[in-house]
Amino acid sequence: MKIRLLLCLVFLVSLQAKAQEYFPKNDGVKNPQTNYTVFKNAKIHVSPQETIESGMFVVKDGKITAIGKSVNEPQNSIVIDLEGKEVYPSFIDLYSSFGIKEPEEASGNGQPQYDANREGYYWNDHIRPETDAVESFNYDEKAATSLHKAGFGAVNTHVPDGIIRGTGMLVALNPGGTEGDRILKDRSAQYLSFDKSKLSRQSYPTSTMGAMALIRQAYLDAEWYGKGKSENKDLALEALNRNKSLTQIFATDNLLDALRAGKIGNEFSVDYVILGDGKEYQRLHEIKETGSTFIVPLNFPDAYDVENPFLAEHVTLEEMKIWNQAPANLKMLAENDIPFTITAHDLESEKDFRNNLLKAVSYGLSKEDALAALTTTPAKILGEGNRLGTLKEGAWANFIITSGDYFDKETSVFENWIQGERAVINKMNTTDITGTYDLKLEGSTYELKISGKPEAPKASVKSGETKLGAKLSFSDNWMNLLLSPADTTKTGFTRLVAKTDDNKNEISGTAYLSDGSETDFSATKKTSTETAEAEEDEKENGEDEDEDIREIMPVSFPNKAYGFSEMPEEESILFQNATVWTNEEEGILENTDVLVKNGKISKIGENLNAGNARVVDATGKHLTSGIIDEHSHIAASAINEAGHNSTAEVTMEDVVDPTDMNIYRNLAGGVTTVQLLHGSANPIGGQSAILRLKWGENAEDMLFENSPKFIKFALGENVKQSNWGSRSRFPQTRMGVEQVFTDYFTRAKEYEEGRENDEDFRRDLEMETLLEIINSERFVSAHSYVQSEINMLMKVAENFDFRINTFTHILEGYKVADKMKEHGAGGSTFSDWWAYKYEVNDAIPFNAPIMHSQGIVTAINSDDAEMSRRLNQEAAKSVKYGGVSEEDAWKFVTLNPAKLLHIDDRVGSVKTGKDADLVLWSDNPLSIYAKAEKTLIQGKVFFDIERDKELREEIQEQRSELITQMLEAKNKGLKTQPVTKKEEQHIHCNTLEEIH
Amino acid sequence: MKMKYLVIIALFTCIGNSFAQQTPASKQTEAVTIVGATAHLGNGEIIENSLIIFEDGKITQVMDATATKMQYRGRIIEAEGKHVYPGFIAPNATLGLVEIDAVRATDDEDEIGSMLPHIRSVIAYNAESKIVESMRPNGVLMGQIVPRGGRISGTSSIVQFDAWNWEDATIKEDDGLHINWPSSFTRGRWWAGEDPGVKPSEDYQEDLLKLEEFFASAKAYLEGNNEKTNLAYEAMKNVFTGDKRVYIHVDGKKEILDVIDFKKDHELEHLVIVGGYEAHKAIEDLKNNNISVLVQRPHDTPSSEDHDYDFPYKLAGILHNKGVLVALESSGSMERMNTRNLPFYAGTAGAYGLGKEEALKLITSNTAKILGIDDMVGTLEKGKTATLFISEGDALDMRGNILTHAFIQGREVSLETHQTELYQRYMEKYDSASK
Repeated sequence: MKIRLLLCLVFLVSLQAKAQEYFPKNDGVKNPQTNYTVFKNAKIHVSPQETIESGMFVVKDGKITAIGKSVNEPQNSIVIDLEGKEVYPSFIDLYSSFGIKEPEEASGNGQPQYDANREGYYWNDHIRPETDAVESFNYDEKAATSLHKAGFGAVNTHVPDGIIRGTGMLVALNPGGTEGDRILKDRSAQYLSFDKSKLSRQSYPTSTMGAMALIRQAYLDAEWYGKGKSENKDLALEALNRNKSLTQIFATDNLLDALRAGKIGNEFSVDYVILGDGKEYQRLHEIKETGSTFIVPLNFPDAYDVENPFLAEHVTLEEMKIWNQAPANLKMLAENDIPFTITAHDLESEKDFRNNLLKAVSYGLSKEDALAALTTTPAKILGEGNRLGTLKEGAWANFIITSGDYFDKETSVFENWIQGERAVINKMNTTDITGTYDLKLEGSTYELKISGKPEAPKASVKSGETKLGAKLSFSDNWMNLLLSPADTTKTGFTRLVAKTDDNKNEISGTAYLSDGSETDFSATKKTSTETAEAEEDEKENGEDEDEDIREIMPVSFPNKAYGFSEMPEEESILFQNATVWTNEEEGILENTDVLVKNGKISKIGENLNAGNARVVDATGKHLTSGIIDEHSHIAASAINEAGHNSTAEVTMEDVVDPTDMNIYRNLAGGVTTVQLLHGSANPIGGQSAILRLKWGENAEDMLFENSPKFIKFALGENVKQSNWGSRSRFPQTRMGVEQVFTDYFTRAKEYEEGRENDEDFRRDLEMETLLEIINSERFVSAHSYVQSEINMLMKVAENFDFRINTFTHILEGYKVADKMKEHGAGGSTFSDWWAYKYEVNDAIPFNAPIMHSQGIVTAINSDDAEMSRRLNQEAAKSVKYGGVSEEDAWKFVTLNPAKLLHIDDRVGSVKTGKDADLVLWSDNPLSIYAKAEKTLIQGKVFFDIERDKELREEIQEQRSELITQMLEAKNKGLKTQPVTKKEEQHIHCNTLEEIH
Repeated sequence: MKMKYLVIIALFTCIGNSFAQQTPASKQTEAVTIVGATAHLGNGEIIENSLIIFEDGKITQVMDATATKMQYRGRIIEAEGKHVYPGFIAPNATLGLVEIDAVRATDDEDEIGSMLPHIRSVIAYNAESKIVESMRPNGVLMGQIVPRGGRISGTSSIVQFDAWNWEDATIKEDDGLHINWPSSFTRGRWWAGEDPGVKPSEDYQEDLLKLEEFFASAKAYLEGNNEKTNLAYEAMKNVFTGDKRVYIHVDGKKEILDVIDFKKDHELEHLVIVGGYEAHKAIEDLKNNNISVLVQRPHDTPSSEDHDYDFPYKLAGILHNKGVLVALESSGSMERMNTRNLPFYAGTAGAYGLGKEEALKLITSNTAKILGIDDMVGTLEKGKTATLFISEGDALDMRGNILTHAFIQGREVSLETHQTELYQRYMEKYDSASK
């Protein structure tokens, strides 16, 4: 604060001092300019809150020297009278790449590149904090003109490339000055994103979770580097340390990523300003919790062209809802006191900017909030509150002049002044010739009606009730009106030419007739009473034509089909007279009641007292604990970080996608908990996320509370990249796979030693994770197929004195079940998958039964969004193949995976005191004919087959309503976008984001 | 528990030696009588306590055991409490054409080229595939082997699953022509910098025209007077005579309506829609034009997030209940190995709108009708081929689908596989260690 004050003082003092000019001049004499420009009689919007009616201000050397109702007018002043006009501060865009040439994409040889291109910088090419926008900046006149038209006076531009992108610069869009004038700040902010640099093909990171881990590691490394601990020079880390004090702007292009940026910000106590995607309204609570200011685009989607019903089928309810809701985003942000600025960075044309801004206002955004988001808020973020965004003494003379209220559609924007230089948008002294006239020509009287904006008027001419052809062109106050006869078979043009004058109610000039002769004409404006009636008619029609305000569809959670309009409440429920599969010693209990209270299983018994609980008659039905899928890839924005052969530093918890429809479908299949595993692109994969499938919750709230820590390992064909990819990455054989593990664990042990002896030891997130494994604080779930590799991994683990918790897939587990038992590993396998790769040649559906028979904790998992919703059937296959008892088979998808995940103290059986994660089935749950009717998580009903029926109807209703709205929009001539089809992708372990 | 395993092991030991593949059974020489089982005829009917006799590969009797004094013949199988089903038929399968998905050398399902009616699946069908033998323990005893890819993928044949070679396996050679109908959607070419999403195809009409032209040219060619032989056109001959049925793989409603016009234009007598995700939107058109549907595997996720979660489960039921002739097919991800789950696809359809016996039709009698082999197989009826099996329980349910006997053309086929042998081998290992 103190520093700010001091700066202000210095600034004020410098204003007093005479600026000294030192550039030589060889093309003439210097002709110095010391005149003042005075703007008078304007309605001045000093700030969003403060207005001066009929005020004035004085500009010199690009700055405002005085402003007020009445200020001293220096003698050497040029006066501009703004009678009837309004003045606003020019806008500021925090997110721009103005004047920056798009970086050229690096070319490669088709093989993945693992090392960095650069030397002397960070090990990863996508960390580029040393980049300075000023190095590649060139004032772009064309883009500037477009920004002037949209009302912008300054932009914070940067090189939009890389994960840590380096510094941006604040530029005044001064149309007349030099770069020396325009550059207001050369290192105005540091930019970040989750997107890699185009300048390098270095593989890592291939995923958002990799990018997140990389940012964290870079922050830690910078801190360590700052302590002088590095032996090598790292210009990138030096720059990162230098940029630390700047405003940090994080660019994202979707809501989940915006929240992820917020998450990293909170971890490192960095207040990111986050570029959002305009869908913040869907998660206002979470957005607010980030504590960030958001830079919000105005890119409202166009309506889909749903005229063709076949195509319309392929637009999802979510897409249509977004179209309907997006214009209200800013209003909702403002209502929830979430600070935001507005950006024009992704708009195709500057016209869209004002149109969409006005649209946001028509949807309820206040004008004050809109102005603040474009002026004072961005100025403050950049620490430029005294120089930009408001009109006050000492501030840059950046302002726009309008014909009236900026937020009135009819208002014209005349000029945008930046640093005292004028950019003309529409001529200010244009005569307003709009109105209705009596046109007298050659003894006849016509009705001439001129409408539209003064700078672009349109004309229509009638003789009595007959309409004549009329084409009006109007520039520099000269009017050219071309008249053609009503009878189109005749040609006979009359051209009227006149210079117009604002002060007269008459237009008079010369008419050039079709026969070549000339004569005078005059048109007299009708008085207002004469035209009032007609205008009113017109206005009504006009509004119908182009206003596009729709009723906003309520946001649901998630904001798509089957979302909750109200999240389910915790309930007390008594299930009466059910067949209860306890998974405990009691076995399967007939005619039993189960009472759910406070999210827990409160009582199990006969004839229980309902108390206040809702009673569900479960006669003839079966009640079980929820299904747990040990191996799932649903609800994820990314699966693999494939950039390195070990990625222990990444975590699936970073990339949970709570909006995946498969969550709902899994609930409908009785699944309540899943382990979201990293894929199998590398031997040491990423950390897991254990999720409760709480449909409608946000990503963080879906994480299993106090969840045990897990990591994915993988062996075999995928990590060898046998079936795709390069032949350059180690390992290419199972022999190499062993060495990867041994190498990393050896390094982790050495790291541990180093860490103990040096408190400034560089913190390495990957090594920290590996140490957790060695120290048995993090469990391994190892993707594995053939017996040799299973055996190998157990031996490696034993050498480092830990155990493999779970072998997943483990299709040859039956061959080494005795060894697994001895080691203490569990097995989570497919019921009957095989024949898709060479390494599953000996996979048999008897695998689970054999492992089970040898005393291994055995589970059946899905690895597939389709199968996961039928895991009850997959468990039943163990009855067919291998004759497992129904009770034990059921545990393969409930209690046993709970044990493997170390959450069996909370879920996995129907036991008093455990979480009420329950499923009510229409039939024996192992039966092919069984349907889940209710699925509860912690006592909340997340799926109900009856509610599902209602939702189906609601979806149809909402779809048809939105389709009607879109057809209306198209009918009104609004822009539409073609329908595209969202394709569902089934994600498995080996789904690589980069491999299509 | 232990006891049960011992019994199973004893069973294995009796059967004896281990083979890489199971040896095909030899010709039926002795009549077989199955007594006391619940017979699921495949046409919707059940006989609770049945008597089934077959001789020389043909079913000679199917009747209520309590209502007859019929002499049992030959070998007698007491099957009280068990269930007899006609052998299940897997249409639109690629069994025997690919052994291991990821190993290209084992992949023979998709020839290059676009209009390939002359490409014949049957000659590449590997009767000794380890995947084919794994069908039998689940009751899937026959299949239509279909080439993939291209606009006209080629010509399928129908085989049974216990044979020395493809010739022995063949039930009906060159039964059908398979066309992948053009899609009105296309995927963006991501490598050309386009959005990889799916968007309306500009080529749809053009693709259709090419198909139309191919049919027209083939027809003209077949009128005679040709200087040179065109193999592709020759292979169309049976299409126009109606002897080779036309299978059109198509999903969207618009496309289905176009297919119907195509059928009319080319006077195709037997036309079958394969997949048919939106077939329920064109039910009357399908019925009026006598078009049947091989519905895609129900164990799939809906194609749009707005769709009912159980839509794939119930689609077959919707069509069947409205009078469309429907059967189930199992193409899709990992389709070879998954084809053994065909009975459970039917079970699911049964749970979602059909009931068990109607659902059974979708993998037996309806399939046989659609494939044009209902004179031979598809039901337990006198005169039909004795391709059937005995199951411990409900064969459409995982828990009941436990086969004790299976017969193909009257021959009792092995229910052992590469997989059961590994099971046996390793259980022996563990049991001998624990002794």
